[in-house]
Amino acid sequence: MTVASDEVRVRIASDDDIVTARQEGRRLSAGLGFSSTDLTLIATAISEVARNIRVFAGEGQVQIRPVHERGREGIVVVARDKGPGIADIERAMQDGYSTRGSFGLGLPGARRLMDEFDIRSRPGKGVTVTMKKWALGGG
Amino acid sequence: MAVPILKQGDYLIASIQAALSDSDVLRLRDDLLDRAGSLRSKGIIVDVTALDVMDSFAARSLRGIAHMANLRGARTVMVGIQPEVAFAMVQLGLNLEGVHTALDLEEGLRFLDGLTKEPRDGRE
Repeated sequence: MTVASDEVRVRIASDDDIVTARQEGRRLSAGLGFSSTDLTLIATAISEVARNIRVFAGEGQVQIRPVHERGREGIVVVARDKGPGIADIERAMQDGYSTRGSFGLGLPGARRLMDEFDIRSRPGKGVTVTMKKWALGGG
Repeated sequence: MAVPILKQGDYLIASIQAALSDSDVLRLRDDLLDRAGSLRSKGIIVDVTALDVMDSFAARSLRGIAHMANLRGARTVMVGIQPEVAFAMVQLGLNLEGVHTALDLEEGLRFLDGLTKEPRDGRE
């Protein structure tokens, strides 16, 4: 785990790292005026994207930092891996779609928990998920 | 971190104390099923009061524990899901279909008693 100012980076290479990532996300968000429900939503979403890294790429990184934009405060989470990538993102974002026998709710679920969600991938080039949530009064 | 499992009469009580990694969840499953078999338990309570995140993996695994235990004759009830966690689970689209839930340990024990204890003679 590396900390640069108020940014946190957690390398995801084991099950325990998934726990660390969501705990760091909760800790960092707690200072930003999020409700306790929002903190749980953020931690849960981080858990899902971190697990996605473990399951599909083996390892990667979750980066969490505060974001200030047009007078509102929030948090941005970027989950990156250099794994095989996702050939059909639209399909991967459908509820119930899973190639690994899971619920298939991980990514679409994380999207519902956050305010903004963006996923980019090219086969062979890994996956980058960027998601944001705005604190009280925000988006 | 291993989840402590207590035996109380015919029941087993697993109290999750801290954040669970995926491997912790799987170990809990194996430990619970082992002990439920060797101790001939009739009921299992999984207390998740201390759990601050229930993601898709944890929910699927806990649901699996309940179904497997049921196939072995032990009824499972999950107690103590926190309001924020319940909210996140609904948003995430998770359900614990087929898993009994109760507000807290006391309600969970009462629920299991209702399922597993024979009514006494002359009383319903």
